[in-house]
Amino acid sequence: MRTVRVQAEDFDAAAEARALTAERADIGALVSFVGLCRDEGGTLAALEIEHYAGMAEAEIARVVDEACERWPLIGVTAIHRFGTIAPGEPIVLVVTASAHRGEAFAAAEMLMDYLKTRAPFWKRARRIDGSTEGWVEPKSSDDRSATRWGMDSLSFRDT
Amino acid sequence: MKAVYFAWVRERVGKAEEELDPPDGVATIGELIEWLATRGERYAYAFEKASVIRAALDRSHVKHDARIAGAREVAFFPPMTGG
Repeated sequence: MRTVRVQAEDFDAAAEARALTAERADIGALVSFVGLCRDEGGTLAALEIEHYAGMAEAEIARVVDEACERWPLIGVTAIHRFGTIAPGEPIVLVVTASAHRGEAFAAAEMLMDYLKTRAPFWKRARRIDGSTEGWVEPKSSDDRSATRWGMDSLSFRDT
Repeated sequence: MKAVYFAWVRERVGKAEEELDPPDGVATIGELIEWLATRGERYAYAFEKASVIRAALDRSHVKHDARIAGAREVAFFPPMTGG
């Protein structure tokens, strides 16, 4: 089962994990990763997340498909939010299910590494003093995390 | 073709989307960026550092040497910061 959603609303990580394992007995490992909005030492009022509607879903689905080709996964759920996110709120969810833990751990980590460098989302910070900062700069460590999976961080369409 | 812009590319250009009718000879993403940069101050600012601009054709990531012929939608944006 593969589920990909891009939404403004909050999500229930526990409910999403339960949905993957419901009425099955072949899953031996379930990994759930939630990325949260930090308050950055109490200075952050909110993150504003812009996205490319249509491509965001498609790109996450492509990343999920790649993970499913690479590991024998029984289920994957990936949810990414956009819009205004307050500190402490979840931004992204990845849940992977497999027979054994190795695949579920590895796939969850690869999915997050790829999502950070390939899914079309852009963050901007709003501070509690009312100021709005420029766009968040990408971290080169994120690119390195993505490339360690043996592929370019961006998989380009054949042209 | 329809062009869409995101994040600071959108802010610098001053609009989220528009119809583009590039002249003959503009065949690739890289050439389209060069042409866009000639369309006035806002575009010159948005596309001044072509190497940092990411592009997509019909909602798939492409490199700057990708050919634009036949594409319905081209997108320009900075490196992504999701997750």
